[in-house]
Amino acid sequence: MTTEELKNINVNKVVDARGTACPGPLLAAKKAIGDIESGEIMEVLSSDEGTKHDIPRWCEKMEHEFLGVIEEDSYSRLFLQKA
Amino acid sequence: MNEDFEKQFFELQKKVNKLEKGTKDQLSMVVFSGDLDKILAAMIIATGATAMDMKVKLFFTFWATASLRDPKKKVAGKDFMSKMFGMMLPKGRNKIKLSKMNMCGMGTAMIKGIMKKNKVASLDEMFATAGELGVEINICEMSMNLMGFKREEMIDYPHLNVCGVATFLADASESKVQLFI
Repeated sequence: MTTEELKNINVNKVVDARGTACPGPLLAAKKAIGDIESGEIMEVLSSDEGTKHDIPRWCEKMEHEFLGVIEEDSYSRLFLQKA
Repeated sequence: MNEDFEKQFFELQKKVNKLEKGTKDQLSMVVFSGDLDKILAAMIIATGATAMDMKVKLFFTFWATASLRDPKKKVAGKDFMSKMFGMMLPKGRNKIKLSKMNMCGMGTAMIKGIMKKNKVASLDEMFATAGELGVEINICEMSMNLMGFKREEMIDYPHLNVCGVATFLADASESKVQLFI
């Protein structure tokens, strides 16, 4: 997805994992994904650099669809769709 | 002809069952080292693995068993050697040191400060998270006996067992990932 598309996407749940280091954001994502239904969109906020690589790999394994990332000044916004 | 077919079918079924039982999406880890950095690595991998929906089984042996002692618990009736070992070895996870650059405890104190600054969870938090996520901790009974530790002085952890090497081997043989730290 393009950045424009991501910006306008309808997010069902936002997980703010800024302020935690590896594996914090992953654990936060894993916890939160249980709260949404299949096909819904989740956004993970992380200030941890590694998360940008981790979340796509996590999605791959859990069969969620990773939609893309928007970079902000001091953190990134990662979007995914629950399988 | 029909009998032959049936025989083949049962054999196939047996093979499929065996394969299904073969490897699980599971991580088995030997935690041997009692150093702060290595236990930290073990706990990060363990909690991370649960996020990947893996079952995690940790086998704490040798020096690592000291990190599972509860400093608040006292056990009576130890012999001289056990008492000596008990005194020499760190009493719990907050007393363990870095494997390198400890510098009489200065390095360890510094790394704890840096961890806090970088918002890395402390060992206390990691054990709490691991407990919530169902990470299993198995303690090697033989190591505990060698070091003179008793079950009663170990931490309160929801999934704690005392076992032998066969348990680890059985777990490891059906795990996709095995590690030794």
